[in-house]
Amino acid sequence: MNYIFYFLIVFSIIFGIINGRTQEVVNAILDGADVSVKIALSLIGIMAFWLGIMRIAEKSGLVQWIAKIIKPVTKWLFNDVPPENEAIGNIALSVSANALGLTNAATPIGLRVMQELKEVNESNNNDKETASDAMCMFLAMNTAGFQIIPATVIAVLVAVGSKNPTEIIVPTLIVTAFAFVSAIILAKFFQILYKNKSNFPFVKKEVNDD
Amino acid sequence: MINLLSLYALPFIIVLILTIGIVKKVPVYEEFTEGAKDGFKVAVSIIPYLVAIIVGISMFRASGAMDSIAAFLAPLLNKFSVPVDSIPIMITRSLSGSATLGLFTEIAHKFGPDAYVTKLCAIIVGSSETTFYVLSVYFGSIGIKKFRYALIVGLLADFIGIIGAILVAQKFFL
Repeated sequence: MNYIFYFLIVFSIIFGIINGRTQEVVNAILDGADVSVKIALSLIGIMAFWLGIMRIAEKSGLVQWIAKIIKPVTKWLFNDVPPENEAIGNIALSVSANALGLTNAATPIGLRVMQELKEVNESNNNDKETASDAMCMFLAMNTAGFQIIPATVIAVLVAVGSKNPTEIIVPTLIVTAFAFVSAIILAKFFQILYKNKSNFPFVKKEVNDD
Repeated sequence: MINLLSLYALPFIIVLILTIGIVKKVPVYEEFTEGAKDGFKVAVSIIPYLVAIIVGISMFRASGAMDSIAAFLAPLLNKFSVPVDSIPIMITRSLSGSATLGLFTEIAHKFGPDAYVTKLCAIIVGSSETTFYVLSVYFGSIGIKKFRYALIVGLLADFIGIIGAILVAQKFFL
């Protein structure tokens, strides 16, 4: 991430100067910073709402019940998390929220999942600053962005006068499902690769052994 | 039918959770407010990570680098009957959700809903999530500094998604 951050900033400035777009690049700093804070502030309310709702779901045992049902799948996907942990139930909620296109609910639930995965990771006595396998798997599922109905896209198509905007649903579903499955397989593949990484003489070991 | 599903999903989930709570004798009001307390903390705690990633990507877009990459890739993608105008969307989709949606709206307006490029872009946008944004915010919120393989998996999956979108769009719409 350090190199990506450095590259994004320094490359943009150099490229902007060459391109004669220095002013635009400088303006982008202010605009970007401004937008970031607006996004975060606009999240506060909806974040509070969903965290409240989810606390009820946890206290009533609903989340644990979901975790139990999907145990056969999650045991394989998240093998470093106890199968009846609340995180598992919340992962199911988060993936469902994404699948249904409920973006407002998906982010708060997703951040809550990360919090719970962090607690699991700490109780496993792992490094606090290093991502666990469960986190990587969860984010792989998340960044693949599995969605049943691409509501926003359909809205745009309707706005430009499409007569048949729903024709987009089936092809999108095929692609998004394919990408979702690929992401899971890739995450699993890299998990195994990284587990064996410590055996490679040329790679620095990054998980501590206590 | 499908629109109804997305309309009623949210109210249904809320009613379900609250009803199960009441039935199980959970003090729903107290627990709600207890959980909601963290809303401010979490939202504010992601600001540094949002600023880092959004400023970086805004600068990258403003530098005009995207157009140069698109021009560089155009001849290659032409061979696979991929329209040039869809290239910027393929690049931004991993970087910025709002930029991707903005580009898509532009393309839909410019070429109309029935153009192949509009349909291809619709599939790309509809099947994607912004990898960089999700990773920096989600990891940032819990103080993870070493992402390990999360980024490479996210980007590979995005790449597979683009290839998939090109192939599926050809089958359905060409």
